[in-house]
Amino acid sequence: MELLIKNGAVYDPVNGIAGDRADISIKDGKIVEKVSSGASVIDAGGRLVMAGGVDAHSHIAGAKVNLGRLMRPEDSRIGLKSRTKITRVYSGYTVPNVFAMGYRYAQMGYTTVFEAAQAIMKARHTHEELEEIPIIDKGALTLFGSNWPTMDYVREKNLDKLAAYVAWGLLASRGFGVKVVNPGGGEMWGFGKNVTSLDDVVPNFDVTPAQIIVSLMKANEMLRLPHSVHLHCNNLGKPGNYKTTLASMELAKQIKPAKDRQVLHVTHLTFNAWGGTNWGDFESKADEIANYLNNSDNVTTDMGQLIFGSATTMTADGPVQYANAKLLHAKWGNGDVELEDASGVVPIFYAKQISIHAIMWAIGLELALLTKDPYKVLLTTDHPNGGPFVNYPEVIALLMSNKKRQEEIKTLHEAVHKRTKIPGIERELDFNDIAIMTRAGPAKVLGLLDTKGHLGVGADADVAIYDIKPDQIDPSVEYAKIKSAFQSAAYTIKGGEVVVKDGQITATPMGRTFWVDATVPEEQTEIMMKDIRMKFKNYYSINLANYMVQDAYVTHPKVVKAGAIPVKVS
Amino acid sequence: MNVITDALCPFCGCLCDDITVVVEDNKIIEAKHACMLGSAKILGHCRLGGNNIETHHTIKEPMTRVDKNSNFKEVSYDEAINEAAEILAKSKRPLLYGWASASCEVHKKGLLLAEELGAIIDNTASVCHGPTGLATHEKGSPSATLGQIKNRADVIVFWGCNPVQAHPRHMGRYSSFARGFFSEKGRKGRKIIVLDVRKTDTAKMADEYVEIQQGSDYLVISALRAILSGHADVVPASVGGVLKDQLVKVVETLKTAKFGAIFFGMGLTQSKSRYKNIDNAVSLTFDLNSFTKFVITPMRGHYNVTGFNQVCTWETGFTTAVDFSRGLPYYNPGETAANDVLNRNEVDAAMVIAADAAAHFPANSVRRLAKMPLVQIDPHWSATTEIANVVIPTAICGIEVEGTAYRMDGVSLRLRKMIEPTHLTDEEVLERITQRVKELRGE
Amino acid sequence: MTLKVTLITGRTISQGVNLENKTSSDYMEATASCELNTKDIELLGKPKYVKIRTEYGDVVVKLKENSSNPSGIAFIPMGPWANAVVDPDTKGCGMPGFKGIPAEIDATENKVLLLKELMARYKQ
Ligand code: SF4
Ligand SMILES: [Zn+2]
Repeated sequence: MELLIKNGAVYDPVNGIAGDRADISIKDGKIVEKVSSGASVIDAGGRLVMAGGVDAHSHIAGAKVNLGRLMRPEDSRIGLKSRTKITRVYSGYTVPNVFAMGYRYAQMGYTTVFEAAQAIMKARHTHEELEEIPIIDKGALTLFGSNWPTMDYVREKNLDKLAAYVAWGLLASRGFGVKVVNPGGGEMWGFGKNVTSLDDVVPNFDVTPAQIIVSLMKANEMLRLPHSVHLHCNNLGKPGNYKTTLASMELAKQIKPAKDRQVLHVTHLTFNAWGGTNWGDFESKADEIANYLNNSDNVTTDMGQLIFGSATTMTADGPVQYANAKLLHAKWGNGDVELEDASGVVPIFYAKQISIHAIMWAIGLELALLTKDPYKVLLTTDHPNGGPFVNYPEVIALLMSNKKRQEEIKTLHEAVHKRTKIPGIERELDFNDIAIMTRAGPAKVLGLLDTKGHLGVGADADVAIYDIKPDQIDPSVEYAKIKSAFQSAAYTIKGGEVVVKDGQITATPMGRTFWVDATVPEEQTEIMMKDIRMKFKNYYSINLANYMVQDAYVTHPKVVKAGAIPVKVS
Repeated sequence: MNVITDALCPFCGCLCDDITVVVEDNKIIEAKHACMLGSAKILGHCRLGGNNIETHHTIKEPMTRVDKNSNFKEVSYDEAINEAAEILAKSKRPLLYGWASASCEVHKKGLLLAEELGAIIDNTASVCHGPTGLATHEKGSPSATLGQIKNRADVIVFWGCNPVQAHPRHMGRYSSFARGFFSEKGRKGRKIIVLDVRKTDTAKMADEYVEIQQGSDYLVISALRAILSGHADVVPASVGGVLKDQLVKVVETLKTAKFGAIFFGMGLTQSKSRYKNIDNAVSLTFDLNSFTKFVITPMRGHYNVTGFNQVCTWETGFTTAVDFSRGLPYYNPGETAANDVLNRNEVDAAMVIAADAAAHFPANSVRRLAKMPLVQIDPHWSATTEIANVVIPTAICGIEVEGTAYRMDGVSLRLRKMIEPTHLTDEEVLERITQRVKELRGE
Repeated sequence: MTLKVTLITGRTISQGVNLENKTSSDYMEATASCELNTKDIELLGKPKYVKIRTEYGDVVVKLKENSSNPSGIAFIPMGPWANAVVDPDTKGCGMPGFKGIPAEIDATENKVLLLKELMARYKQ
């Protein structure tokens, strides 16, 4: 199978191409130097060509996503679409069904998406859903921040055991990276409590959130994992939390990266760049965060952009979700996982005339616009916490057009003027910046830049063509066109196959699931397993033999090797 | 002899995963650790020969009959599958019901068939925890895995459920007697409260038994919430047959728990007020979290009734009772659940799989099923067999076929294959029916 | 005399043990029965069999003693015999009335129908 995409206005920041006319040759699912004359040809006709979109943080599969669906039949009733000869039914807006999840990402030109949180014990469920999401490549980050073995090893300062546990936990969950959510807070939520600072001591385990974060970063780098520690900070959802966020970022300075990437990814800043001391003096501190990012090199972030309208918040941060449900008088889903973590689901409606929501809307944009290097701020909505991923084109349009932002600001609560900097920010991102924030950046942050996020030879043949001629459009003015073009790709090519044409699904191949197999010296694993076996004997409600995700749940694996010692090449 | 350890018990929602099965000559001769219910299922009545067999218990071969009053004729799988497909393809409003005793892999095939047919698909939650789903739509679901409860709970409430009879190992493995990190003392360190309309075996083991007048659960929950929120003054001297003093005492116990868990069963879902009982109980749980940590968990009956709801939810957005007749999934229990459509006499053909509708539906619904073309897919001869036209025996999930099941708390586990099947699997049969339906429709 | 009761249905262990053994007499023994407390049984004159009537049908089952039942509460294990008399109304939420059905109970000489006979009634 050969394919030639001719005449595209290519934006491929990794390879230094910014709008130049270039041809892209595809063979057997990969980008190649050139193809034979027999290759099928797509004439891009000067339209915008980028690598397939990569999402490093989205909640697309697993127990809390499905609880969101179960809690919200009113959401599932939105976006319904009948089956066709090639597609199954679509349902849902903030919590789409598995089929719509894959189709809608592909329709936007996205080809790789990572689920942001799974507890090991519930990973089988995550993979059951991932297996049913069509088209896109995917993976899932695994929660470690409140796991009992993690906290035991942090307290004992036994990094060897911690690294062995992380490697084993990734294998058990077929996970891709280390997710840490409100470290220590998950355990405390077991008794309805929470940690309030990086230095609070978690009762019974005698560790602090800061120690957990630092130790997991060290283990992560010992294991040379493709991705860094991926942190949802403590105190999320509380006014004034930007200080905790900055203090958490500061911890990254202690660590040297084992790879060419950050050592800490701090996620969905819309929810943790908050100033003020209460809901009355609540304000944006995105500028402080951006300032920090502009002066440091080992931390990356993502926006978690707020989208007005319906959203469903879902996170392993159990206590914040109870607080949300109480505050909003909303329905409340809670899902503590024994020995591992917590989780919560709460629907929300973001309204333009609510000051807090207007300020939160500004935070994501401010962060992206005030941070100089787009590699440091990925475009996300923390789907579906800030809003559903189908709104990425709206976010792109906002980032590319000050005019659009100013129009929007006119409709918002006045607090957006006094308590954010957004009205005065004139910067407008270009296609190259957008290609970084939605392709190259996430691929780099995830450690997948070898095959994802760019169009160089050897990359996966994941390509998006949008119905925009970059040399003939002024995004600053024609933002509506920008938005509609990104909503509905002219072509999406996944692994060399055309999966979307003119916004319609044309094929539904099965994507692959990325997971990381990190090698640890066997003795180290054996010593660690003694503790694990004890925990299963006494505390878990299932047997160790039934804990690990079996091969049957990852039918199209893409195993990324990592490890403390070099892997022997046989 | 073959010994399989850590096997799952495919019977009740406890989904115990510590069963040791001994197999000899493709027969299971021992199921260590399983309770009476689990043993009965795993050891089987039929394959080993139980007591008092009056007729066949398993169905040996596929069978069909045109006239339901005549005897079945044994036919080939091809014939039976063809017959089933014709019935379903011809139907204007087919119902696909059951799915409790089958793996999630079977559910996926079933949902695909339902989409293809434009059928109504519903599972046995319809007659057990369907209202729990409705309450989740209203108020959410503050829950936890069973191990969280075992490790932490010092107060456990059983409301309208009777684990001693229905989930025999629940109290030992997960609740009353289970020992864990913060609960080394097991039963001694816990207070057990049982609320029911009669003194069940579970109630007899409680520290506090609250006898409620049948149908008054909603009132009692409301009274507890009133007392909890400091409004004991508005609560009358007796509510739903319970003295106020006892309610006040119960609230005190709940409030002062370190970690409390409420388990509830069909005593709440099936009695007057149905889902509103659960709605109120979830609200009580919510309220209690202002004082301490509390969670609430349904005692799901069959080992994988939860799994169908999970799969149906992620594939369609709706938990069960999905009507595909418009091409889109449409969900409205009260209108689209199995007994709703049967009551309205809308259904003109049905397929019952991995459940026994004829035994567990009200007479009115059974009468309707008995008068329409009916396909049954099941390993066992049941009440539904008596009123079916086409009967297709299949291998037993979790004993003869591996697959996925979800425990009552939503933890998924992998079912084991213990012995070689002698029949086609449900998955295979459904795939072939779907294929044949497509052919019949010229697709 | 006729005893007025509130009828509830539910799981029991022997009902569960015989769940996949429906054609056996064990299953019938486990489910074709009605539990009342001693006082209520005495009011009925301690018969062996009873006929239960509700708005929705009637059924004959064996009488069993269960002193844990409050007076006026009759329990029939879930299954085809119980379902002959439960309330089919799903009350707008899909769930029929399996608990809390007003019923009348009389002693009877009639015999309990076998599962096959019970199902045959529905085919008429
Ligand atoms: S409690 Fe349930 S799952 Fe466990 S052995 Fe008994 S029937 Fe099987
Ligand atoms: Zn997130």
